[in-house]
Amino acid sequence: MGRITAPFGPQHPVLPEPLHLNITYEDEKVVGLSPAIGYVHRGLEKTAEKKEYPENVFLVERVCGICSFMHAMTYCMGIEELMGIEIPPRAQYLRVFYSEISRLHSHLLWLGLFADAFGFENLFMQYWAAREKILDLMELTGGQRVILSSCAIGGIRRDLNAEQIDTAQGVLMQTEEELKRINPVMLNAYTVKQRTVGKGMLSREDALLYGAVGPMLRASGVAQDLRQTGYAAYRELGFAPVVETDGDSYARALVRVRETCQSIELARKALERLPEGEAAVKVKGNPDGETMQRVEQPRGELLYYIKGNGSKNLERLRIRTPTFANIPSLLKMLPGCEMADVPVIVLSIDPCISCTER
Amino acid sequence: MAKMISTVMSNLTHCPKTRLYPLEERQLPPGTRGQIEFDMTKCIFCSLCAKRCPADAITVDRKGKTLVFNPFRCIICESCLEGCPKDAISLFSHWRAPVTALYEQKYQPEPGQAGD
Repeated sequence: MGRITAPFGPQHPVLPEPLHLNITYEDEKVVGLSPAIGYVHRGLEKTAEKKEYPENVFLVERVCGICSFMHAMTYCMGIEELMGIEIPPRAQYLRVFYSEISRLHSHLLWLGLFADAFGFENLFMQYWAAREKILDLMELTGGQRVILSSCAIGGIRRDLNAEQIDTAQGVLMQTEEELKRINPVMLNAYTVKQRTVGKGMLSREDALLYGAVGPMLRASGVAQDLRQTGYAAYRELGFAPVVETDGDSYARALVRVRETCQSIELARKALERLPEGEAAVKVKGNPDGETMQRVEQPRGELLYYIKGNGSKNLERLRIRTPTFANIPSLLKMLPGCEMADVPVIVLSIDPCISCTER
Repeated sequence: MAKMISTVMSNLTHCPKTRLYPLEERQLPPGTRGQIEFDMTKCIFCSLCAKRCPADAITVDRKGKTLVFNPFRCIICESCLEGCPKDAISLFSHWRAPVTALYEQKYQPEPGQAGD
């Protein structure tokens, strides 16, 4: 049987991000592959050492265009720990609100792209129409549609007024209704199941062995979500991770569908219980020492290592993003699958290569 | 699939969800970070905005009393606005229109200025 090696990416119609996989096929089956990244490396970690530590908030926001708020939040949490800053309760709740609407927009984006990957364009447009309202909400509350720039060291720069809270509650309720109409199509349609059920299997043992994170790990039956650690106001709001046990592409879609509903619930709860008071405290001094911060991004665990030396510039900033942790699992899932299923399986890890390469 | 028929029918009977840009402009909510503008009657050329700008979009010559702003480097983070002691910088909700060539905006002192 003849073998051929063909590239998947770095430019591929299914995946706009430059992930390059050299895949070896035997007939229509994948028998081997090797990944290559490095097409969008921007040297952000090194740039962060040259900039002053408050300016880095805007820099780390640009690591990822989709979950930018969470990058800023993780960085701010690290600096606050190093400087011993206690942020006000209102800021903690607002951080949950902004995180959850970011997660919601990220998951809706992914659900649309996933539907598009197997040719269900109508569903793709429905999900993106729902996402559009969330982007408008982000613009209303944060000032911009994607890069919110609302997180700062010491709290939140953009506090919400009563009118904005009412509008946000209305938009979230409306989105919930809309998702109740769209989600059953993604979960029950025959064509969707044909392309996703049993494709890209990852067992619980393999997920743990290859260090999968986020919805990948939870779709394989491991109840692990960093929001359980109770950072920001998650402890007060109460949280239980969404878990599925099948470990295939369908289970991963199901986890994300359920997480969209959970995000709406958490964001609404955060707004309902929003305490009165200041949203930020003034910050003085420079960070000294080292710290690790972990936050649950839409794609999984985000890790920041920050080392300060008592000056305005950091000594080292290291970022590990969830896609980087999920690529080994992808290499485990692809061998043995059909050529036509490769795009669906690659997309099921929700790859964010700009994040990965920083 | 039958559930989506209602969506298809409403799409058939309603107008498109997209706008005819630039004929039809989108209404932006207040507080949208569109662009920043300098009020040179208030500016004292203290260069705090230039110090705080994370994108190095502002250059201030304190002796020559000139402020140069590069709108294409600006990330509209509002750091300059927060740091300005004279409230000389304001935020506009309107997006900057597309251009065919890059340029820098030069600001000089105006009559009746605080620093004069």
